[in-house]
Amino acid sequence: MGFLADRQILITGLLSNRSIAYGIARAMHREGAKLAFTYQSEDLRERVSKLAAEFNSDLLFRCDVSQDEEINRCFSELASHWDGLDGIVHSIAFAPRTALTGDYLESVDRQSFQIAHDVSSYSFAALAKAALPLMQGRSAALLTLSYLGAVRVMPNYNVMGLAKASLEANVRFMASSLGKQGIRVNAISAGPIKTLAAAGIGNFGKLLGYAEKVAPLKRNVTTEEVGNVAAFLCSNLASGITGEITYVDAGFNTVAFNLDTDEQ
Amino acid sequence: MDITEIEQRIKKIVAEQLGVNESEVKNESSFVNDLGADSLDTVELVMALEEEFECEIPDEQAEKINTVQEAIDFVAANSTQ
Repeated sequence: MGFLADRQILITGLLSNRSIAYGIARAMHREGAKLAFTYQSEDLRERVSKLAAEFNSDLLFRCDVSQDEEINRCFSELASHWDGLDGIVHSIAFAPRTALTGDYLESVDRQSFQIAHDVSSYSFAALAKAALPLMQGRSAALLTLSYLGAVRVMPNYNVMGLAKASLEANVRFMASSLGKQGIRVNAISAGPIKTLAAAGIGNFGKLLGYAEKVAPLKRNVTTEEVGNVAAFLCSNLASGITGEITYVDAGFNTVAFNLDTDEQ
Repeated sequence: MDITEIEQRIKKIVAEQLGVNESEVKNESSFVNDLGADSLDTVELVMALEEEFECEIPDEQAEKINTVQEAIDFVAANSTQ
């Protein structure tokens, strides 16, 4: 039996086999978890349903996280299939594309700030609030995905960096709020991975190339590697870890300067 | 790499990515209009082409690749292999 045997976990943000959520689902499935998935809108249902089938799951719930009524409906539907919930994976972020390119101050505006923070950070708290009744007495674990842009500047990431900083603070405050009930809240800050969402970030290819040269492991990370850590953090093996941002980035965040970027 | 090889490899990728038969994939086929791709499929397709031919397709170029022939032309002009 795997270390997530029979744990019931809801995974958001599955969109393709390149999604970080896909790597997470694979690792969790391998470790014996039962999985359910959300999709943002009806036109994505079939796409998500094909992927979910790979993990023997037909539990699909529409959940546009910018709508409270959709979040509430998602968990009330889930409650008719499962007696409780042992984990949620929040793998969702969004900012208008125009805000994710060029100079930060030129690209940022009130609306893109609000959208980025609402969809990418508040939604994690919103999911936790709505899921709370299902998580009672089950040592549940919540997990979200962050990025180094939360704490360091990098080109084009712009307002999403602010939203990820908010998300990381959210992890700490949620961990404090839910700790008394034995519910843990953590984040993985993953190195850059070429997902469909990353395709919206300007010059992402350059970022991948740079990370490969600078990171101590001299390569980028895979969704499988993120998935393994996610599975661990949502399992009882990680019962002593909460409020933590865990880097899965081949060590990139630890390096300040490196001569390998000079090589042609 | 000659143009026939590029064409064959691209048609194979297009068929795989869009879940269609390779025989349906013609040079003049439009990904969206003829092969049923949605906007996410086209982004994935471009990513698959980048991997297959080890090249980078900038956004402004990717927007101009709407048919199989346009993909072939881009790869023929830009592939380093």
